[in-house]
Amino acid sequence: MLLGFWFSPFVKRVEWALKFKGIEYDYVEEDLTNKSTLLLTSNPIHKKVPVLLHNGKPIAESLVIIEYIDETWKRNPILPQDPYERAMARFWANFIEQKVTKSTKEALVSQGEQQEKKVKELKEAMDVVEGEAKAKLNDKTLFFGGGNGVGYVDIVLGWTCNWMETIEEVGGFKVLDPESQPQFHKWMANFREVPFIKPTMEPKEKLVEFFRMLRQDRLGLVANK
Amino acid sequence: MAGNGDGVTLLGYWASPYALRVKWALKLKEVHYEYMEEHLPDKSPMLLQYNPVYKKIPVIVHKGKPLAESLVIIEYIDEVWKHNPLLPQDPYHRAKARFWAKFADEKCVPAMFRAFSKVGEEQVQAAKELRENLKILESALEGKQYFGGESIGFLDIVVGWIGCWARMTEEVAGVNMIDADMIPLLSLWFQKFLELPIIKECLPPQDKLLAHTKEFHKMLTMAALT
Repeated sequence: MLLGFWFSPFVKRVEWALKFKGIEYDYVEEDLTNKSTLLLTSNPIHKKVPVLLHNGKPIAESLVIIEYIDETWKRNPILPQDPYERAMARFWANFIEQKVTKSTKEALVSQGEQQEKKVKELKEAMDVVEGEAKAKLNDKTLFFGGGNGVGYVDIVLGWTCNWMETIEEVGGFKVLDPESQPQFHKWMANFREVPFIKPTMEPKEKLVEFFRMLRQDRLGLVANK
Repeated sequence: MAGNGDGVTLLGYWASPYALRVKWALKLKEVHYEYMEEHLPDKSPMLLQYNPVYKKIPVIVHKGKPLAESLVIIEYIDEVWKHNPLLPQDPYHRAKARFWAKFADEKCVPAMFRAFSKVGEEQVQAAKELRENLKILESALEGKQYFGGESIGFLDIVVGWIGCWARMTEEVAGVNMIDADMIPLLSLWFQKFLELPIIKECLPPQDKLLAHTKEFHKMLTMAALT
């Protein structure tokens, strides 16, 4: 059972991991303003989604959940088998979380000078991502998972394909640039087309509307009705 | 230092808790390694070459391949040298250990740093947040001797340094971080853990660390006041 929010990129990652492995699951949509008892008892520390419940035991934190899924269901491995490659995959996942995901979140809910600072950090992080994409990807290797197709790093970075443009629009800044990030844009185009990924992408207008509300709420602005 | 039979080099800094964690992992696995001290704030060309993304220690180099980020390194060590496992075998318990490692690093450590580097109301709030989060962390012990159970494991070495650094920063920054009444079990665990010979022998010299911490504190609080 997976507890989630439709708009959450962290939940989406876990769904991608489950679908990649061909695992059947019950999805429960949580209400942000009225969290269920199940959610609050399953993740009392953070009270956040995603939470995976397996055999009644709860697991929280998207990256922790994905590793759990990979270790419990051994078919279609998400992480590489070789210890060094596994470590590098974890390194990049960690980088993405600390430098791309975190900075994007912070740019979304800030403005003025504070936002400028976050956008600058984000741009620098994207340069590093482009560098890694240049180093690892080519016409034969479309994904960071290498020869096996989509892997851990792809799943962790995948939210950028749908959410980055949305957050740029809502936050009023630009970070994506096909000219300075050609490999990354190629990777995004390929990722969006992956058969089990494509149907999961939420419509942009729906996401824009939601994140606009979220930003206004956080900044204490009056909502545009 | 012991010979380089296992082909491992560790780039570290004597006062770094993150390098210390990796030392503990290597020690528990009885891995022989060559240690190279970085003379921070100057960074060696080797460090910049091996960790171009963050330019930070710790970095290990194993059979010529470099790896950065202490938790990533520790999991790598656990997977390459299979005896004396650090993480539990069962996926659910592994997930719990990883969850708590993340909690400690994201909720306890920043609060501790803020309590150390800030002054006034900000410091008071940060210390309160740290005490509350340590209380939450205590629940992960689940009445066991160590986070790893009867013997120490992954979470013990990930979190253990906090006990040493917190006491030092309490003294230097003049704020209560480890409240023995509030966290009796965790308090006891910190004490036991830091007294274990294998752990104790890797700790940086305490008087040197105290002097270093005092100087660092002066620098940070002066910055906070200007």
